Amino acid sequence: MSLSILSVTLFAPLAGALLILVIPREDKRTIRSLGIAFAILTLILTTIIWIGVIQRGAGEMQFVERYPWISQFNIWFSLGADGLSAPMLFLTALLTTLSLFYSSRAIEERVKEYHVLFLILEWSILGVFLSLDLVMYYVFWEIGMVPTFLLIGVWGSKNRTYAALKFFLYTMAGSVAMLLAIIAVYFQVGTFEISDAVAGQPFANLPVAASIAFWAFFIAFAIKMPTFPFHTWLPDAHTEAPTAGSVILAGILLKLGAYGLIRIVLPMFPNQFAYYVMNVPIIPIMAVMSIAYGAMVCMAQWDLKRLIAYSSVAHMGYVTLGLCAAAAAFQLAKVGILPLSGDEFDAAAAAINGAAFQMFAHGIITGGLFFLVGILHERTQTHQLKALGGLANQIPYYYGITLVTGFASLGLPGLAGFWSEFFVFRGAVRFIPLAAFIGVLGVIFTAAYVLWKMVQHVFLGDLDEEKWGKLTDMEWWEKVTMWPLVILMVVLGLYPAPLLDTFNAATTTILQSLQTLLP
Amino acid sequence: MHNQSDLLLNLAWLIPLFPFLAFAIIPLGVYRNRKLSHGLVIGAISIAFLLSQIVLWRAVGVWSIEHTLAYESPIIHWLSSGYERFGLGIYIDPPTVVMLFVVPLICMMTFIYSVGYMNFSVQVDPRYSRFFSYLSLFAAGMLGMVIFNNLLAFFICWEILDICSYLLIGFWYEKRPDLDRITPQEAGLKAFIVTKIGDLFFILGLMLLYAEIGSLTYSVIFSHETLEQLTHTPFLGTDMATVIALLLFGGAVGKSAQFPLHVWLPDATQVPTPALALIHAATVVSAGVFLIVRTFPILQVADAGVLAFEGIPFVALIGAFTAIFASVVAVAQNDVKRGLAFSTISQLGYMVAALGIGAYVAGTFHLITHAFFKALLFLSSGSVIHGLEHGHHHAHEHHEEHEKWFDPHDMMNMGGLAKRMPRTYLAFVIGGLALSGFPILTSGFWSRDNILVQAWAGNLIVFWTLAITAGLTGFYTMRQLCLTFAGEPRTGAAQYAPESKPAITTPLLILAAFAVGLGWISIPEQLPVVGGIVPNWFHHFMLSTIAASEHVFDSTPMLIGAGLSLTGLLMGWLVYGYKPLKASEIDRIEAVMRKIRLGWLYRAAANHFYLDSLYQNGVVWAVLKLADLADWFDYGQPQKRESDGQIVLVKRHGVVDGIVHNAGRVGNLVSQAANWIDATLVDGLVNLVGATGRHVSADLDAFDLEIVGGIVNGVGEVKFLGGWIRHIQTGKVQFYLLIASVTVLVLIIGFFAIIFLPI
Repeated sequence: MSLSILSVTLFAPLAGALLILVIPREDKRTIRSLGIAFAILTLILTTIIWIGVIQRGAGEMQFVERYPWISQFNIWFSLGADGLSAPMLFLTALLTTLSLFYSSRAIEERVKEYHVLFLILEWSILGVFLSLDLVMYYVFWEIGMVPTFLLIGVWGSKNRTYAALKFFLYTMAGSVAMLLAIIAVYFQVGTFEISDAVAGQPFANLPVAASIAFWAFFIAFAIKMPTFPFHTWLPDAHTEAPTAGSVILAGILLKLGAYGLIRIVLPMFPNQFAYYVMNVPIIPIMAVMSIAYGAMVCMAQWDLKRLIAYSSVAHMGYVTLGLCAAAAAFQLAKVGILPLSGDEFDAAAAAINGAAFQMFAHGIITGGLFFLVGILHERTQTHQLKALGGLANQIPYYYGITLVTGFASLGLPGLAGFWSEFFVFRGAVRFIPLAAFIGVLGVIFTAAYVLWKMVQHVFLGDLDEEKWGKLTDMEWWEKVTMWPLVILMVVLGLYPAPLLDTFNAATTTILQSLQTLLP
Repeated sequence: MHNQSDLLLNLAWLIPLFPFLAFAIIPLGVYRNRKLSHGLVIGAISIAFLLSQIVLWRAVGVWSIEHTLAYESPIIHWLSSGYERFGLGIYIDPPTVVMLFVVPLICMMTFIYSVGYMNFSVQVDPRYSRFFSYLSLFAAGMLGMVIFNNLLAFFICWEILDICSYLLIGFWYEKRPDLDRITPQEAGLKAFIVTKIGDLFFILGLMLLYAEIGSLTYSVIFSHETLEQLTHTPFLGTDMATVIALLLFGGAVGKSAQFPLHVWLPDATQVPTPALALIHAATVVSAGVFLIVRTFPILQVADAGVLAFEGIPFVALIGAFTAIFASVVAVAQNDVKRGLAFSTISQLGYMVAALGIGAYVAGTFHLITHAFFKALLFLSSGSVIHGLEHGHHHAHEHHEEHEKWFDPHDMMNMGGLAKRMPRTYLAFVIGGLALSGFPILTSGFWSRDNILVQAWAGNLIVFWTLAITAGLTGFYTMRQLCLTFAGEPRTGAAQYAPESKPAITTPLLILAAFAVGLGWISIPEQLPVVGGIVPNWFHHFMLSTIAASEHVFDSTPMLIGAGLSLTGLLMGWLVYGYKPLKASEIDRIEAVMRKIRLGWLYRAAANHFYLDSLYQNGVVWAVLKLADLADWFDYGQPQKRESDGQIVLVKRHGVVDGIVHNAGRVGNLVSQAANWIDATLVDGLVNLVGATGRHVSADLDAFDLEIVGGIVNGVGEVKFLGGWIRHIQTGKVQFYLLIASVTVLVLIIGFFAIIFLPI
């Protein structure tokens, strides 16, 4: 294993994108094969990284590379992967590969640009997960927005311009705040290195400034996740985006926000986080609102794609709730009510594990759901629930796959989605029981909208023979797209240890660093 | 404790595996071959059955030497959080052994019956293999629930049962509703959501327990120290043990269809009959009671006074009320399956009441006897219904009579089937007698008697509620038997109904044998004449790991119970059997009730006291309204509006999105205002200064209009300026940039000023 495996992995998609640039645009076949080849190459590399990280110890940064970048400002090009980022790298590569594979049949216009943008998008996402330097983090974060904007704006459906612009401006507003906060942190601790910045605990003696910096980061991530009330760009973006765009958007881009919260906000501003969880409970309210209110809004949707978009809001609420629990554990330990050790340590770790597990599980589940919606749309040209019905007998294979994915989405035990909810609530019940009790209600609404809206309206009831009598079942390439996701859902659902242990190592490290801050 | 690893007991790992594999393999391609599909499923359950027998007898062997049984297998790593490692293993104790006896056997009988049932129709169901696949998952879930060593695995399997019942109840999803009933798909959804409400309590209890103890493994959570700790932790005005016990009981209320969450079970009769037998007997509903049995140590130490009424513990209260409520409703049911469904609810109430007053052995025993005779009754009723469907078909062929609507479930369409279907009749009678607790002979008698004896010693209100329920049970059972089998056929369908195939009747007779014989393993030894012939094996076995004092033999409650159920049976026979109902005659009770102007009461009972409509029009309606409200608040659905004779979709922005959207619009307005200021004031100034520039040619002007005007968005208002000195317009862009830079700079300085000022 070469020591520069991370930069090789990071630049593999970019190399692919550059290579595709020189291929004539008429040669769609080569472009597609090249795109998929580079995606698979990245997938293999990320798999190796994951295994390597486990072997070397997932609690610490592994394969670290540091090159001076802008030395005047102490900005480094530094890469590293640990138990938190390694699975996310894998998820990124996996969903990109599947998306390109699926798109090879679905996208016919501007194939060249599409592939270039897609690989650049993958590059930027990998960059965010890999960077150990805040400036680098920010740069990759911003780069990622451009291809997303174009993917929605060019290959989207009817109302795409509005959606793309809304997405861009909204996320931009958040990232401007983040940039300012990053610079502020630099002035405090004199470094952009994340681990050093965390260790330096910026603004430790300036509570108001710390709060402002905290919110600047938090809102940027909350918009990306998205958390109530910053979520309204999401339904528009998803409804208009092309299938693969939605998959990447829901599957990975939202996770950047969640990742930022776990990686940067919680370790860097634990006091502020805890303050706005326990003393001024704004964040738990946001989390619980995302879960319960998001599920409620889902129930009122009649557009399948919009419904799944809103379900992302609800599901990402679990991430926020899990982090709230961890922050609350920190606060309780600080004031001496509960220790942050023993059972309490395990409970707090469970909460963060749940949040991290949700990043992965939601990625495969909602990614899968968007593929499925795309597959249906290819055939029916509609997302409207009222136009569908009784398709179970017509397309049984599709029905089966959707059932499994839908059940995973509603958190059915035995499938991947369950663990995140379970761990989040297990931690939340210990530290913020009220929020946990209300949040659990979301589970019922989730069951209701998945079964009532997604399953019943699409598959059960009477079949409109005239309209859908000639509908064909899934083709082989669609099956190939879905199977890896379904297998992951089932395997992780029954035996979550491989993923959970990886996350747990990183989570334990984060909590240990919080422990050292306690008086 | 039996601590060494025991090879034979470790075989329990494999018990749920085979049915699970069968479930998984069928959709992967086997489904095309029907015979192979059902062969796989039956083969898998047979292996599970054999393995269960091995484990069971080995466990009993261990018990008979060591007089205690709590075996935990080696544990595999499963989950990790922090430094904690959560392992998965198997756990074998008396409740496990008892369920290992019941579940595989009933599942196997049901599966064999299913082959007969699904092949019975002229046209084989296209989803034949899917049905068997679901059944197999059902069995796997139930078996897993029985053998694993922690409450979390229990919960997972529990939810698998939920999803199976959802899938099976909605199995014939394209079926239209029968008259005023709901469609199968709606019934499935209802079952899932209603039990999910119960599950919510379960998972909360589970997580409280986990948070408090840091483990969910049985050997830890049922240990003496844990229970001590739970009882000494104050929580919500009482102690932790009580709260957890009640929350876990909430799960059982949903699953075991106790009042007020029983509403899903009657509608679950939409399911294909064999699956119905599984739901009502061996799996779903037993799961709820089994949860109480499983977590009985916690219930035992819980404070019985919390939520108690007149000294009746909450659990017993719910159980006893459900028992009598459901038996009243059962009297007024004409649908054979619904009648049985309500009798199931009532019998589950019996078990719950028993466990609520601490009658651990009695409650568990009733669970297993009921599993057998209720499976028997449901499968028999399925045989009857199928017979009737065929008879209906047959009658049509011969008589060309054309009935608009025929309900093969309606007992009013039956009658006289005893002669047509003798084996089914025999099975039904045995099941019915066991259900009504016919003295001495049937297992139902012994198990119910156990409960009544405990209630007599424990709480008299519970005792009399259950005793009256026993009388009602006798009555409605006899009513059902008479309406179905006695007298003359009331329709052509009943006249031509054929007996079912051996694949159907053989399992019936095997189950019938158990419905009778099973009672004998728990006959009180003190009883005169029969007592002591067979040792009260079950009692000793169950009590080997739980410290519960019970089984004070008493003849009074036994005689009262026996007397009341015999009276009920006799009354039933006098009303319905002595002079069987004629065709087009209405139900006799209903006729009497109408005469004394209580017809409304009968109708209310027949409609389950309108609880369903209350939920539908109250709770469900409110939730949907709330969802619409949330959506309106959030984004809003696009509305249709007529403009110029055309219907256009107007995008509406709810409050949350409205803020965002309007923020964008405000930004746009600000830029337009800036443009206007710029265009009038600034340009005016510039024009004044640069008046010399007027000679610039019209060519340049046109160029500027196209290019620069295109770049600077919003400078479409160039008309306003006329053709004046366009080249200075480029200065405008710079001006914009300047303004923007200054603004950003001010913002940044302000930001850092706030941050770094020592506030």
